[in-house]
Amino acid sequence: MPGSPLVARRLWITALIVPPLAFVALFVVYPIISAFAYAFFQWHGLARGEFVGFANFYKVLFTQPYADWTLNAFTHNVLVFFALMVLQNGVGFVLAYCLWRELPGAAFHRVAVFLPVVLSTIIVGFLWKLFLHPLFGVVNISLRGTGLGGLAQPWLGQGTTALWALIIANAWHMVGFPTLVFLAGMQRIPGEILDAVRMETESEWTKITKVVWPLVAPSATVVFTLLFVGSFNWFELPYIMVGVDGSPHKATDVLGLYFYRTAFGDQSGSGQDFGAGSALAVLIFVFIALVAGVITFKLRAREIQL
Amino acid sequence: MNTASQSYYDRRGMLATLGKDGLIQIILILNTVVMLAPIVIMLFAAFKTNAQIFQSPFSIPDFSNFANITRIWSQTNFLRYLLNSVIVTGASIVVILTLGTMAAYAVGRYKFRGSSFVLMFFLAGLTLPLKLAIIPLFILMRDLGILNTQLSLIVIYVAMGLPTTVFIMTGFIATLPNELEDAARMDGASEPRIMWSIMLPLVRPAMVIAGIQNVVPIWNDFFFPLIFIQKDNLKTLPQGLTTFMGEYTTDWGVLFAGLLLSSAPVIIVYIILSRQFINGMTAGAVK
Repeated sequence: MPGSPLVARRLWITALIVPPLAFVALFVVYPIISAFAYAFFQWHGLARGEFVGFANFYKVLFTQPYADWTLNAFTHNVLVFFALMVLQNGVGFVLAYCLWRELPGAAFHRVAVFLPVVLSTIIVGFLWKLFLHPLFGVVNISLRGTGLGGLAQPWLGQGTTALWALIIANAWHMVGFPTLVFLAGMQRIPGEILDAVRMETESEWTKITKVVWPLVAPSATVVFTLLFVGSFNWFELPYIMVGVDGSPHKATDVLGLYFYRTAFGDQSGSGQDFGAGSALAVLIFVFIALVAGVITFKLRAREIQL
Repeated sequence: MNTASQSYYDRRGMLATLGKDGLIQIILILNTVVMLAPIVIMLFAAFKTNAQIFQSPFSIPDFSNFANITRIWSQTNFLRYLLNSVIVTGASIVVILTLGTMAAYAVGRYKFRGSSFVLMFFLAGLTLPLKLAIIPLFILMRDLGILNTQLSLIVIYVAMGLPTTVFIMTGFIATLPNELEDAARMDGASEPRIMWSIMLPLVRPAMVIAGIQNVVPIWNDFFFPLIFIQKDNLKTLPQGLTTFMGEYTTDWGVLFAGLLLSSAPVIIVYIILSRQFINGMTAGAVK
């Protein structure tokens, strides 16, 4: 015979809740807490050594050559974030506005713009790496074929263009995401508001800046925050297209690659250091959490004022 | 006079609208060309020889020439990678939906002390990039003895997927009406019975959304196999692709065929279920 209904109910809730909780505790919370703890220890390969306080942080921030590498990678992440803000979120907003009009063919365009989003970054990275090949890539072949051969360059092989090539490949891959998030936001704007606006003004620009943009603020918050987190976690695309060393000469090095090299060793497998790697992980993590928190907070405030 | 100016303004309005719509169509068509061209070039190149790819990358190939695809089929581990991806993704989704529904059902359906804490606990994982905890995860997997097994991947994908799943499912489950549940309870049905026979069938749409939201990132993931899996026989498709791309560097037809075969499953399913994919993948971002 079962116990009292109340006890049975409590057991039932416990049975439902404990397995998923235990899972998240062991594989999310515990590793993240450990990541912080590990940064304060010296590491000998995979074995933890003695407690060293902030020595690992000091090493990656203030001693050479780490300090220069850290700054170099961080600067690139900042550039990537702002460039994608325009090329991905900005273009996404424009495309969403165009799709919102529901002109003939809009359904097809919507499916097309989101298609690259479902592809693996690995496929996208290799595809663009082949397209951007200096001799046989379709980009340079097309330039030469249309008499613009002077513009053909080793896109991924020179410091001036390599990072931009990665940024454009990323924008091609992901632009569908902000597009459809913005579109969903626009579709939720009540029809009465739009009718009222149509009576007031003819100017499309006023309509966008004064009505649509403020009213899709919740979508903007999400899209901006996700782009920020994504930009400072950027790893797969540069790993595939320019390699773990951020070639040429670290011109495309970003924090993700730098962290991976520091923790697990570079192309030649040397320089593996879990202590410095953990310190970098903690710094990146704290930076992302703080800034993402501020971005979300600021943008949320903007949503409420409306 | 009055009517004349009226119609003049109407016509101007109409022209302006036509111009605006025309501009919008041009932007959308240009964008769609940019989005699809790389995929079409990849499709064409998979059926070409090196010479054809380098001389005329845009020409339509002879689609009956399966030489490149046959080479992948017979000379590489492609099928093995594909099978591994299916196993890992399938198992992860089943476990995510099971554990996620359990937690969401408890939090969304019952009032109990600590329920908001439980929800917070899951939501904390929502924004934390688990990649940055890769060093402790690597050591944890080693200590558990599951490095270099598919279990290590399944475990990490479940951990990654649970927060959003619990988030989506709790929101959905909490909005389900109470009447059916109460009636069953009056009839003396046990709580597990109520969940299994009455509530779960209603939760299916949310499960589809949560499933799709998880399936794409898991199927496409490269980072965790890169760290956890060394054995070639256990590699997933994106990871196997890097091995394969390294081996055939000079044979572009085979390279493009490999990319085509790797992307084809996702592209085909996406075209059939595009609405569900779009809803699922933007579900966390669209409130």
